[in-house]
Amino acid sequence: MRDVAVVAFAQRQEPRIDTESEVEFMVPLMNEAKDAVGLTQQEIGFTCSGSSDFLAGQAFSFVMTIDGTGPVPPISESHVEQDGAWALYEAWVKLQCGEVDTALVYSYGKSSPGSLRDVLATQMDPYYVAPLWPDAFAIEAMAARLLLERGVVSEQQLAEIASRSRAHAASNPHAIRTTPKSAAEILAEDYAVAPLRPSDLPASADGGAVVVLAAGDRARGLCERPAWIRGIDHRSDAHTLGVRDLTRSMSARIAAEKAGVGTDRIDIAELHAPFSTSEAVLSTALGLGDDTVINPSGGAQAAHTMMASGLIRIGEAAQRISRGEADRAVATAASGPCLQQNLVAVLEGE
Amino acid sequence: MADEVLRAPLVLEYPFTRTTGAVIGAFLTGLREGVVLGVRRSDGSVMCPPLEYDPITSESLSELVPVSTTGTVETWTWNGAPRPQQPFSRPFAWAMITLDGADTPLLHGVLVDGPDQMRTGMRVELEWRLQREGHITDIAGFLPATESASGSPGAVPAGVEEVRSVRTPIRMEYTYTPGRALSQYLRAMKDRRILGDQCPETGQVFVPPRGVSSIAGKATLPDLVELPDTGYIESFNITRVPIKMRPDLTPPYVSAWIVLDGASVGFMGLGMNVEPEDVRVGMRVRAVWKPDDELEMSAQNILGWEPTGEPDEVIDDYSRVGRPQDAGGS
Repeated sequence: MRDVAVVAFAQRQEPRIDTESEVEFMVPLMNEAKDAVGLTQQEIGFTCSGSSDFLAGQAFSFVMTIDGTGPVPPISESHVEQDGAWALYEAWVKLQCGEVDTALVYSYGKSSPGSLRDVLATQMDPYYVAPLWPDAFAIEAMAARLLLERGVVSEQQLAEIASRSRAHAASNPHAIRTTPKSAAEILAEDYAVAPLRPSDLPASADGGAVVVLAAGDRARGLCERPAWIRGIDHRSDAHTLGVRDLTRSMSARIAAEKAGVGTDRIDIAELHAPFSTSEAVLSTALGLGDDTVINPSGGAQAAHTMMASGLIRIGEAAQRISRGEADRAVATAASGPCLQQNLVAVLEGE
Repeated sequence: MADEVLRAPLVLEYPFTRTTGAVIGAFLTGLREGVVLGVRRSDGSVMCPPLEYDPITSESLSELVPVSTTGTVETWTWNGAPRPQQPFSRPFAWAMITLDGADTPLLHGVLVDGPDQMRTGMRVELEWRLQREGHITDIAGFLPATESASGSPGAVPAGVEEVRSVRTPIRMEYTYTPGRALSQYLRAMKDRRILGDQCPETGQVFVPPRGVSSIAGKATLPDLVELPDTGYIESFNITRVPIKMRPDLTPPYVSAWIVLDGASVGFMGLGMNVEPEDVRVGMRVRAVWKPDDELEMSAQNILGWEPTGEPDEVIDDYSRVGRPQDAGGS
């Protein structure tokens, strides 16, 4: 295996970005990440992006966004209709092949022009489920009820997760839901989508993220303390909700095993958990203990940018390693209803 | 003072009709005939609604078995205000329901008046829609049933026509906001002015402006430049076949690639006040605008492009679009 590291990261998340188009708000981020390591687009070996045109209803917005990289003369690039974490995985594979030494990964989501809860219904089974238009919160709420009624987690535990997210988010300039609230205060909230309370839901954001990857000595030359990707794997559970056990995540558990999460202590975990319930499921699947700080950024609950939240988890974890605040971290990315697909990456400093 | 953000409604519709395959087709045929079918898996359990494969073992599945119209709620949540496309006209509960005779739950609505009438484990009975076509919404929803209620599985009559396709239209409503450069372009359009934006490295002018120079990979200059409404035809075609979505266009008509004087890129426009056979590459044209009182913040203010009668443009620099040699690159 080739040593590959995150050497630069840039992000932006806001409740609503309506004065800039997607490419307009991504260009400064791309340049921020490239400038941080002094690379021009023509010096980058491979570029991979993740986005979905369904979010803003902009056909081929991802093609326009490629213009923002400066693809003249033509660059080697690819796109996934997935969270940017999967674009990072594709770039990591490309780096493993040894063809390139550096890669630019970016992803973005502008959900505010539409109704994300409804747009996400279109990812469901097109014959049996999508025609009923179940919104994304309702699907998660049904999984939450299973978790609670089967005693996998308690409302008190969910409130503590939501409360910690707010507390951590207070020091994250990119977070949206930053007002502290105690677990008791959260338990006093009326249900939003029973049994989920407003604080259990993600704070929706528009925004994007950019990561620069580099291999071996190239990474050491670009960054004082690269965040090395020591393991990365992604798995998918079945698409059919009815055959899944929604109280646990088999895909996250297997991906975590393959990525080597349990082989040593984990200082911090950045989990792509849009709901309090998702964090409870992921923590168990990854086997995280009390010595791991979970979501020091506040996580995806504090700011959830569809298509970028997973990549942001990797970037947040990498930044803490590069700053020397952690030595070993795990980051996850999720996609699909109720954590259907999960990507797990283990990052380490040297 | 900052300008107010421009907004416009945007609707995307996908009028999909999907083919069903044998198993989903049989299930939907069953619904039309008032029968619910599941499919037997290799461990003997029954999956409902059925798929032609086992999502866990990946085995092909084909043995259809009728299941009951009564079942048990596995989990649920309350949907207070039905959303526009949901096939329910009043508040309802979402529920995962395992029908008697099946081992996996299906998602549907339970038609009760409030969440206080819902609980996990409650018994429900399927309510059929009167008009059925072979669609998941042939099930109107589920109603609470007594503990002992048990529906009969029933059987699909022999010889009925099989459902082979299903309508699954998608409609999504958005509020479009054009962003920095396009907003300025649209505002200027209302004053019959055409704006472009400029590459900060090469000075090239792009119209319509997109806010980014793909040559430099940088934001274009913040101040947009005004272009004249004259230019030339760089290329064109003559359409002789009518297009269903554009009944306003009568063939034959000319679609031309217009390069404005001072612009580095062209855009599509309609040839006007000219016989298609007379159009040629290099022909000088000017914009035909809507009357002043009909001008909006829209590129549709320009109805088309008509000849100016000037001598043809001599096009001697097709390289203007790429990165100029002196600006670097390879």
